[in-house]
Amino acid sequence: MKTDVLDTAVLRTELRLFRREPGALFWMLAFPTLLLVILGSIPSFREADPSFDGLRPVDAYVPVAVLLGLTVGGLQGMPQVLTGYRERGILRRMSATPVRPAALLTAQMVVCGGAALGSALLAVAVGRLAFDVSLPEQPLGYLLALLLAVLAALSLGAVLSALSRTTKIAGAIGSAALFPAMFCAGVWLPVQAMPDLLARIVGWTPFGAAAQALNEAAAGDWPDWSHLAVLVAWTALLTAAASRWFRWE
Amino acid sequence: MSVIEVTDLRKSYGGRPVVDGVSFTVEEGEIFGVLGPNGAGKTTTVECVGGLRVPDAGRVRVTGLDPVADHRRVAEVLGAQLQRSELQPKLTVREALELYAAFYPRPADWRPLAERLDLAPMLDTRFARLSGGQKQRLFVALALVGAPRVVVLDELTTGLDPRARRETWQLIEDIRAGGVTVLLVTHFMEEAQRLCDRIAVIDRGRVAALDTPAGLIRRSAGATVISFTPSAPLDEADLRALPQLASVDLKDARVTLSGTDETVNAVITLLARTRVTAHQLRVTDTTLDDAFLDLTETTA
Ligand SMILES: Nc1ncnc2c1ncn2[C@@H]1O[C@H](COP(=O)(O)OP(=O)(O)O)[C@@H](O)[C@H]1O
Ligand SMILES: [Mg+2]
Repeated sequence: MKTDVLDTAVLRTELRLFRREPGALFWMLAFPTLLLVILGSIPSFREADPSFDGLRPVDAYVPVAVLLGLTVGGLQGMPQVLTGYRERGILRRMSATPVRPAALLTAQMVVCGGAALGSALLAVAVGRLAFDVSLPEQPLGYLLALLLAVLAALSLGAVLSALSRTTKIAGAIGSAALFPAMFCAGVWLPVQAMPDLLARIVGWTPFGAAAQALNEAAAGDWPDWSHLAVLVAWTALLTAAASRWFRWE
Repeated sequence: MSVIEVTDLRKSYGGRPVVDGVSFTVEEGEIFGVLGPNGAGKTTTVECVGGLRVPDAGRVRVTGLDPVADHRRVAEVLGAQLQRSELQPKLTVREALELYAAFYPRPADWRPLAERLDLAPMLDTRFARLSGGQKQRLFVALALVGAPRVVVLDELTTGLDPRARRETWQLIEDIRAGGVTVLLVTHFMEEAQRLCDRIAVIDRGRVAALDTPAGLIRRSAGATVISFTPSAPLDEADLRALPQLASVDLKDARVTLSGTDETVNAVITLLARTRVTAHQLRVTDTTLDDAFLDLTETTA
């Protein structure tokens, strides 16, 4: 398939190159599930806890692990790659062919989004098989929240790529933003265990809203529209900003 | 029809004109040189031809098409080797050739191309591991893999050692022999003189001269230089009276004159008449180098 923004040859190439990046593979695909396994191996994490609404901490950490891969991919993976492609003139070289460099941007998004979904699937599967975490009781709502979260993470990554002139800057901004983002996703303290006010504030951020939507769907409710709306709003805002500021060279 | 037509091209950066009214045409099958010092606006000019930059004013046509409005169709007939660009560091040579071949509707077979460019032994080498010369050859292959009618080569031989440079010259002649028109950007006189059918000398964004290499040399004031050590002093007034003389230089008993063939003949007559012998007599043509310095200095 060949359009200005999607080219299967470019997509295939980017997928192949992604598989050659052990760092990206580890942090996006393996690390979230590894963290879940480590935490789940602590006996107290497998006992019901009143501060987690009666869930076991390991139950609460599955959605966290689900969000972790896309957080790392959106903040560290994609911006580094795209900024490097611009810095090295790879986007420029592609502008001199009948295929537009936008095809490279799209391919990166598809690869990164795909890896984030794969990472999420792995976390859910390992949670189920190793720690007996029940599968989401509202699977459609869960999937919808997850897809919106992936889109928000990709648009955030696109904005970082647009704002960073060099890979060094992209690396610095990415790491600076990674910790707040992981906090909002609940890596240190799952949102269920956060004080009410904090949870409400975090709910306005993309990853906080995603975490709450995933928790609701896991418990069997349709995710609250306000969380989904926060995700959609962030995606729209960030996409507009990225397309306004992104430079091909 | 000309393959490339550029009329009164203008481009400014930050209010500073970088290309300031450049015009030229390139005919089918030509090797057309764009020669000029660093910062003259050569890259800006040819990247406007390739549709990579949008001109502020002027008209550019490649096989009759506008490179900005008709980007895809121009990119299908024009292959480019850019001055500053790279590929994904972990992409192998084979993957790069396959990928770029997939971009074009009727690509050339990349295998013979890789063979011709000595890339065959390194098909599985990643881009980041290639030497400078190997990267250049890969970029030439990528410029040709779409079977273009025109290639733009921007400072292709800069950074290559003399042997690799000579091999590249042969390659450029082969490209033209294959029916492809070549737009060659360079700041090496020898390269332009040796390869180009016509040359546009660009200086500070303007075309200082446009001619064949021989024509450019003929234009320069002192096209021929004659030097010798006379056996007896010559009258300086006699020397200054020589026809078509461009310059006289008397240093350490050696006489150096520049002018035309007519000056040379008159010097020989003068020597015979005064019975002076010329030791270590040398007559040399000016090179494109001198002509170039002449051209870019007079506009200073
Ligand atoms: N994108 C750009 N932004 C600002 N200045 C530029 C840009 N591209 C080129 N220039 C300036 O324009 C001048 C001509 O550049 P260039 O066309 O690359 O010259 P050449 O290829 O002859 O060395 C240089 O002074 C360069 O700094
Ligand atoms: Mg240049």
